[in-house]
Amino acid sequence: MTRSVKIAPVAAFLAIVFIAVPVLISASGRIDLYYTLTSVALLSIASAGVWLTFYIGRINIGQGAYALMGGYVSAILVVTYGWSFWLTLPVAGLFCAAASVLIGLPILRLRGVYFAMVTLVLTEVARLLALALPITNGAKGMVSIPLPGALTILGLTIIPDFATLHNSRLAFYLLAVALMLVCFAVVYRLVHSRVGKLCQSLQQNEDLASSIGVNIAYLRVIAYAVSSFFGGVAGAIFAAISQSIYPSSFTVTDSVNFMLNCFLGGLGYVFGPMLGTLVLYFGWDLLFQTGRFQLLIYSTLMIVLMLFLPNGLLSLAATTRKKG
Amino acid sequence: MADLLEVSALTKRFGGLVAVNNISFSVREKEILSVIGPNGAGKSTLFKLISSFLRPTSGEVRLKGERISDLAPHIAARKGVVRTFQETTIFKNMSVRDNVIIAHHLRSTASLLGFFLGTGTAKADEAAFGASADEILALLGLSSLAGEIARNLPHGHLRALGIAIGLATSPSILLLDEPFAGMNHDETMRMVAMVRRLRERGLTILLVEHDMPAVMKISDRIVVLNFGQKIAEGTPAEIQNNDKVIEAYLGSEDEAIGL
Repeated sequence: MTRSVKIAPVAAFLAIVFIAVPVLISASGRIDLYYTLTSVALLSIASAGVWLTFYIGRINIGQGAYALMGGYVSAILVVTYGWSFWLTLPVAGLFCAAASVLIGLPILRLRGVYFAMVTLVLTEVARLLALALPITNGAKGMVSIPLPGALTILGLTIIPDFATLHNSRLAFYLLAVALMLVCFAVVYRLVHSRVGKLCQSLQQNEDLASSIGVNIAYLRVIAYAVSSFFGGVAGAIFAAISQSIYPSSFTVTDSVNFMLNCFLGGLGYVFGPMLGTLVLYFGWDLLFQTGRFQLLIYSTLMIVLMLFLPNGLLSLAATTRKKG
Repeated sequence: MADLLEVSALTKRFGGLVAVNNISFSVREKEILSVIGPNGAGKSTLFKLISSFLRPTSGEVRLKGERISDLAPHIAARKGVVRTFQETTIFKNMSVRDNVIIAHHLRSTASLLGFFLGTGTAKADEAAFGASADEILALLGLSSLAGEIARNLPHGHLRALGIAIGLATSPSILLLDEPFAGMNHDETMRMVAMVRRLRERGLTILLVEHDMPAVMKISDRIVVLNFGQKIAEGTPAEIQNNDKVIEAYLGSEDEAIGL
C-alpha cells in the first residue's frame, strides 16, 4: 500500500547517487571526493550491521573485528590463493557470518553492558590475531593487493577489470554505493516483515518472546550473523580499494564509530546509520581546520546531540512531518 | 475428566533453601486450578518450574503424559504450556494488535526466510494471524484499543493484553501469574468473568494468586502451599474449612482468608 508512495524518494536517491554526484564531481574536478563518498558508503554498510544488533537489543561495539576479518579473508584469498576478488567478496561475508555464529552462541546470552564489553574486546582480539597469525603476515600486513579483475559470467563481462579502467575511483564508488543500496534494502525488508517484529519482540522483552514460543537464541544468532556479514563485506572492499590491509586497519575506534553512526542517525530508523555515517564522516573532516581542538569540539557536539536528540537526527524529520 | 498436567514430587533447591519441596498434584482438563499460599510459600518458583523457566532439582512435570521439565521455555510453549507474567509484561512499544499478532508465532507455517521474502505461505500466515488477533481482542474487550501503543494502556487492560498474548499461542494449558494483583473490586470481577469465559472455550487454567475472595469464587480446586510444601488440596469449600490452611494464614501471617 505504501509501496507506490515510496517510489519517488527511492528514485530521487538513486538519481542523486548514480547521476548527480558523478556529474558534480567531474564538473568540479574534485576526484578525491569519490574516495570519501566510497568510504562513507562502506562504513554505512558496516554501521547498518551494528544497527541490526541494536534492533535485537544488543549494544555492539565489535563490528571492527568483522570488518578486519573480512578484509583479511579477501586479501589472503586474492594474494595468496589467486582467487577473483568478486568471489572473495561473498566468501568474506560468509566467513564472518560463520565466525559470528560461533562467537555469538555463547556471548549473545549476555545483555546490556556485558555484551557491549565483550564485543569491545573482540575488536582488540581480532587485531592481536592479525598480528600473531602466520597467514596474515603480522604487522607488515598484506600489501599490493591487485585491483579487482573482470567479473565474467557465461563469457559475458559484467564488470570490467578495474586495473584497465581509466577511473577506478568511480568504479569503486559505484560498487560501494550499489552494495550499500542492496544492504539497506535487505535491512528495510527485514524490519518491515514479520522477522522485524520478532526482532523487536526480543528487544522489548526476551522472557515474554520466549514464552510465546520464539526461539530467541536462534533469532539472535541469525541477526548477529547478518550483521557480521555486512561488516565482512565492507571490510573486504576496503582492503581492495586501499590495496592493503594491516592489523590496525580497523581498531576499537572504528568499532565505536560504527556504533556512534547508528546513534547519530537514529536507532529507530533503518536509514539512520547511513545518514549518521555521512554526517559524522564529513563533520570530522570539516572540524580538521580547528586543529588541536578537533576532538574536543567533535565530542562536545556529539554529547549535545545525544542529550537533545536521543532518537537521532532522523527524529527531527519525523517530528516535522507529524506537525506539518 | 482426564489429567492434563501432572506435577510429581517436584523439588527445587536454591543452595541450602528448598523453595519447592516434593510437591505433587494434577490439573484436569478444562479445570480452573489455583495455587495459593502466604508470601514466600514457593508459588512463583512452582510456577516457573511448570512453565520450564526453571529446571527442577528433582521430580517432573508431565503434559498429557509427556515430560516437559528440562525443556527450553519456547519448546514447552510449543508443547502447549504457556504462561503469563506477574508484572505487566508485554511488548511495550508495539501496538496492542501487534502484540497479539506477534504472539501467534507458534502457528507460523512459513520460515523466517519465507517471511523475509514475503512468500505465499507467509502472506497467508499473516492474514490468519491478523484475523485471529482481532477475534482474541474482541473476546477480551480490547478491540477499541487495538491501535494503541501498549505502554499507554491502563493497568487492567494491560493484564487483559497479557492474557490475549497467552491465548494467541493456542495453549492446552494457560498459566496465569497473579492475574488479580493490584486490581480493584470491579476490575477483579471483570477478570474473574473473563477467566471463566476462557474456560468455557475449552481452555485449562492454572493460576497462582494472592487474592482470596477471587480465588474462592473462580476455582474448581485449590492447592495450598506453605514453606515450599503442599499443605492442602481440595474444593474452595474444603479449603476454607481446612485447619492447616487457616493456621498457615492466620497463625503466621496477618492476612485475610476471605471468609
